[in-house]
Amino acid sequence: MEISSINPILLLASLIVAATPLLLAAIGELVVEKSGVLNLGVEGMMITGAICGFAISVNTGSPVLGLLAAAVGGATLSLLFAVLTQFALANQVASGLALTLFGLGLSALLGQGYQGVKPPAFPHVDLPILSKIPVLGPILFTQDFVVYLAFFLTLGTWAVLKYTRAGLILRAVGENHDAAHALGYKVVRIRVMAILFGGACAGLGGAYISLIRVPQWTEGMTAGIGWIALALVVFASWKPWRVLLGACLFGGVNVLQLNLQAAGVAIPVEYLAMSPYLITILVLVIMSADRSGAPASLGRSFHASN
Amino acid sequence: MTGTLLSIRGLTKAYPGVVANSDVSFDIREGEVHALLGENGAGKSTLVKMIYGLVKPDTGTMTLRGAPYAPAEPRVARASGVAMVFQHFSLFEALNVAENIALGMEHPPKMRDLAARIKEVSETYGLPLDPYRTVGDLSAGERQRVEIIRCLLQDPRLLIMDEPTSVLTPQEVEILFRTLRKLTSEGVAILYISHKLEEIRALCESATILRLGKKVGTCVPREVSAREMAEMMVGSSLHVPERKGGDLGPILLELNDLSVKSPSEFGTSLKNITLKVRSGEVLGLGGVAGNGQDELLAALSGEILTAPGAVVMEGQPIGTLGPTARRRMGLLTAPEERLGHAAAPDMSLTENALLTGSVRQGLEKNGFLKWGKTREFAEAIIKRFDVRTPGPGNAARSLSGGNLQKFVIGREVMQLPIVLVVNQPTWGVDAAAAASIRQALLDLAAGGTAVIVISQDLDELMEISDHFGALNEGRLSDIRPAHGLSVDEIGLMMGGAHGMEDAHV
Repeated sequence: MEISSINPILLLASLIVAATPLLLAAIGELVVEKSGVLNLGVEGMMITGAICGFAISVNTGSPVLGLLAAAVGGATLSLLFAVLTQFALANQVASGLALTLFGLGLSALLGQGYQGVKPPAFPHVDLPILSKIPVLGPILFTQDFVVYLAFFLTLGTWAVLKYTRAGLILRAVGENHDAAHALGYKVVRIRVMAILFGGACAGLGGAYISLIRVPQWTEGMTAGIGWIALALVVFASWKPWRVLLGACLFGGVNVLQLNLQAAGVAIPVEYLAMSPYLITILVLVIMSADRSGAPASLGRSFHASN
Repeated sequence: MTGTLLSIRGLTKAYPGVVANSDVSFDIREGEVHALLGENGAGKSTLVKMIYGLVKPDTGTMTLRGAPYAPAEPRVARASGVAMVFQHFSLFEALNVAENIALGMEHPPKMRDLAARIKEVSETYGLPLDPYRTVGDLSAGERQRVEIIRCLLQDPRLLIMDEPTSVLTPQEVEILFRTLRKLTSEGVAILYISHKLEEIRALCESATILRLGKKVGTCVPREVSAREMAEMMVGSSLHVPERKGGDLGPILLELNDLSVKSPSEFGTSLKNITLKVRSGEVLGLGGVAGNGQDELLAALSGEILTAPGAVVMEGQPIGTLGPTARRRMGLLTAPEERLGHAAAPDMSLTENALLTGSVRQGLEKNGFLKWGKTREFAEAIIKRFDVRTPGPGNAARSLSGGNLQKFVIGREVMQLPIVLVVNQPTWGVDAAAAASIRQALLDLAAGGTAVIVISQDLDELMEISDHFGALNEGRLSDIRPAHGLSVDEIGLMMGGAHGMEDAHV
């Protein structure tokens, strides 16, 4: 096999499929961090979403219900994090790590009996007219609707954060929770809602892997995507479009290296396997050189004392 | 203009272990500037927080223009026409001016319209502001303008101001006062909290005095002296520090053309600072907060390293030495921020005494700590500086601000420094304790130590300094003898009015 055997259009189309779960999880985490909360439990919420979505769609036969269940599952798990950090004032880093470990264990438990089962197929949406465009059509406009959802979620998050009052308040809470409280904003309530949104997004991302990308259930199948999402948010300087770019880059290099492996290129597999992480981090480090900083209250517990 | 705007009856608020306010009653008339006086911990902050809806009173009632007033949250207070300018700015550094102001409004107009209104109002009141600048880049005085304009855009009937002048130069204070007088002529009442009694005498029509949570008196500030007001606040007569003007000895510390880049993103870099302090001298460095004070202290303490010759102590270049080496030579420093910089909050007083005292007091040997000797050292500080605490085993965090301040200053003074640098030595300390800290600094100078006092309290600097200089945007003014300097001259040294202008109309 030679490199020429790789079809660039198929490659780009599968790039988008590889990028979507990462994008979903990272956009959710971006909103959480913009509100000043650091939730390291993304991986746990993704894998929980993956099994919830998988189980429900196998049992009901409806992939859409499965996706909904995944969002609910991710959000429910994040609620645990919200209770711990926002009401019990537990340390966010420790709680987030615990959430990941708990999510991995819980999903393994829930997933017993689902190994080797095939989920109902997910319909592709071929957009009329647009999908007929040569090259771009098959890459961009013949995907499943979750891909479009993820894109519009990115667009929406960007617009809400930049242009709306709700977004301004969210940023303010993440920037200086004491001042936001002094102005009368409900810091804890806003943060809990952001955490739930983040959980739902991570759950969707997880289900995208188990229902569409793979599609089957294996324990620990998210394989670190949640951690990549976390890193992506930081390296993207908390900017939605950079998250999108980073997700595509990571997905792209990942798909490319798999193709290269299949094509039998004479580079050791280990180098190829580490390349997506390396390249994504390098590019984003260079891009984040403008130092537009983290939300100033990120990771700090808020308590309305005196 | 003489109707009662807000009337407060029997407000009481207790926290576990402390009664912050006990049965406080007074009235604020329309169009008056009403001063609220009291020492730290007298309950002023709790009282205004109740008026602004941040804290719910346990008992007591308020009426605003005849109607019962019990704001459950600041939103309600703002809707009723009560606005507040906070002491510690409640601003968001990463957001721009217009966004900050929009956050403080109930129904903000579109950003573009809001920006236009900000420009208009800010120019009417002589507080020019660019709505699109990021707040983190603004000076302390400009940040205060943001807060004031945020309040003015809501057409308040009552404006609460908590220590508004602590960050302003005298010229800026003048202009602020003119702005406030213009507001009162429009019928707005102002509840004004300040420690600066002369300002209160210049501005306020009536005053309510609190002590330990209780109202202890009222006065008409114009008719009593600042000293009388201070004694009403403290409840006893005041000791004024005395200085025995001695001859100045040899130069102990020199800074030669010191330039330092600020380590923090929104800090101020130091530019070409040159100064000398002699044995027995107290050098006062004034200036509005955020003009390089923290950076100067860090460059002196050794937290920021410089070219060797930029800092010279007794003829030796020490610019590249770290804090411990400088302490060993006798250059001691006490930074401004008590919790976190001058003291480790969760460590005991004994442990805190060890942290800066180990070198000069010989509290460690071969890497092992001498706890017994350290405890004696801590107890000696507590005794000499009258630090109110059950004992040296208590955590630094458990002390009140004033008591901890006495401890961290005392800790350095007791080590008999050759050069002592203090930043805001009496910040947040009540009048009696402040007087004793100042006296300790003067005694130290009388014993031959060179003392550099960095402070924003001009009265304090005038009281104890031999020479005076001011920091402005990281530059140091000429250093002049403190005796005979007028307020105007000091103001100009501090950078004048920073582009403020009088209220138009």
